Amino acid sequence: MTILELADNPPVPPLSMRVHQHPRQFNWGREGYLVVKRKCDKCDKPATHHSVEIINGEKIEKHLCDQHAAEEGISIKAVQAPINELLTNFVKLQGESAQLKEEEEQEEQGEMVAGQTSGMKGYACPECGLTFNQFREKSLLGCSECYKAFERQLCNLLERAHEGGVHHIGKVPVRAGVSENKQTQLMRMRKRLDEAVDSEDYELAARLRDDIRSFEESAE
Amino acid sequence: MNIGKMTDHAGEWLRGNGPHHDIVISSRIRLARNIAGFPFVNRANLRQQHEVLALCHEHIVEQKLEDDVLWIDLRDSPQLDRELLVERHLISKQHAGSKEEAPRAVAIGVDETFAIMINEEDHLRMQVLRSGLQLTEAFQHINHMDDQLESKLNYAYSQRFGYLTACPTNVGTGIRVSVMLHLPALKLTGEIEKVRRAARDMHLAVRGLFGEGSEAIGDLYQISNQTTLGKSEMEILADFETTVVPQIIAYEKQARQALLQQRPEQLDDKIHRALAILKHARVMGTEEVLQLLSHMRLGVNLGRITSVDMKTINDLFLLTQPAHLQRIASRSMSPVERRVERASLIRSKLKHCAVE
Ligand SMILES: [Zn+2]
Ligand SMILES: [Zn+2]
Repeated sequence: MTILELADNPPVPPLSMRVHQHPRQFNWGREGYLVVKRKCDKCDKPATHHSVEIINGEKIEKHLCDQHAAEEGISIKAVQAPINELLTNFVKLQGESAQLKEEEEQEEQGEMVAGQTSGMKGYACPECGLTFNQFREKSLLGCSECYKAFERQLCNLLERAHEGGVHHIGKVPVRAGVSENKQTQLMRMRKRLDEAVDSEDYELAARLRDDIRSFEESAE
Repeated sequence: MNIGKMTDHAGEWLRGNGPHHDIVISSRIRLARNIAGFPFVNRANLRQQHEVLALCHEHIVEQKLEDDVLWIDLRDSPQLDRELLVERHLISKQHAGSKEEAPRAVAIGVDETFAIMINEEDHLRMQVLRSGLQLTEAFQHINHMDDQLESKLNYAYSQRFGYLTACPTNVGTGIRVSVMLHLPALKLTGEIEKVRRAARDMHLAVRGLFGEGSEAIGDLYQISNQTTLGKSEMEILADFETTVVPQIIAYEKQARQALLQQRPEQLDDKIHRALAILKHARVMGTEEVLQLLSHMRLGVNLGRITSVDMKTINDLFLLTQPAHLQRIASRSMSPVERRVERASLIRSKLKHCAVE
């Protein structure tokens, strides 16, 4: 598709279309917004954060050092990679360091059998059996208990994926949900039910089904 | 209601009304939820997946979550129907294409304003669609549905992490707010890259019509939030309604005015060339059609074409898609046959529109 030869005289961005960019990526091109190296507007330190704001057609540039940028509330974002890429890379990184740590711990504990060592404990979910490696490959967790099993590794990841957010803010289920302990218990009961059906013990399965029903209702 | 009846018109999101419909095609909100006690879909065995499906059927269909719900079991629906649902944005590509035997379904509202996917990446993925900029209305609807379901089902939820989802990028509110924008003037003036950069800087994702990666076809851009943890639903909605969308609308409007004032001949050329080609071509590919429709849509919005109405254009955006074409013709067609059929469908829809 051909583009109209209009880019040499483009419209100005609207009211406070704010763009914060790292200088290396700052490339507004023909309008001459290109940022050159300069000092912070408020002190003598080199400016590391640049933004252009257009208010009523007037261009207002800001050039600030890290400290003043933080005070102005201009967010600091060094990473511009798409979130999925970020996640994959980060999970890989975490996995590697987790593995290293695990190996160190295993060495320290010497004769302990793999699978029983405390070093392994954090790296496979006790409820669904998902290993951290499997999570690394697919970026998907296996069950709600995985959030506890991998809590330590997840916190860093979540912080990066969610602009620093690590705690839920927002909607809470009306009934405040089933308590987390009960959710775990429910998971275990369903697992036993599944095993009972597998071994064709239908009497036990029927009993467990009733148990689950009444347990769920008691949770309300 | 059945799938067959869908093909004579566009769905809710292409209805072409609603606030700011000249630029905002549609507003969509999606919530991801899982049922406590079951592993997530990717770790659940077939029996558990069946059980989740049955539970959802009970609470959505038997207990009438909404008045008219169409339940489609995707295991026994033909591939063409599944593709049709993808084109209408009622299910994801992933949901349409999962292994044949995987127990999964979608519950759709008659007017297509909502859809609930069961056993996609999460047990429940519900969405509400509205045309134009109607995020608040969409949120009220979906929030109500969520409350109804939650009074019957135990959701996987933790105080710390909120609603638990299979992928940690959705955890917390589990909300995905997105708007589909038609930005032909920003594309023509080469300004669109700035919008992309600004959006990326605000941690928003920018995708094309069908969620594909980089190049948006037909100048249609979907902008959605990526942060779901540590920000409330209201904050995310407010970001969109008061900051992001109004600014992009204003920017697109400025670009349209600039085109009108500074390059009216070139602009009219684009618009009328599009109409002429669409009215007369005999063989047409999807991408070309979407691009031409985009220019024609701009022309109608700016009053440069008066013989075509918006509804016709909006319908064509959808009806010229591969699955829709084949559904309308009631036969499966090779890509070559489709290109011919597509051109002929467009000609018949535009035959009364005069070239001005
Ligand atoms: Zn300073
Ligand atoms: Zn798990």
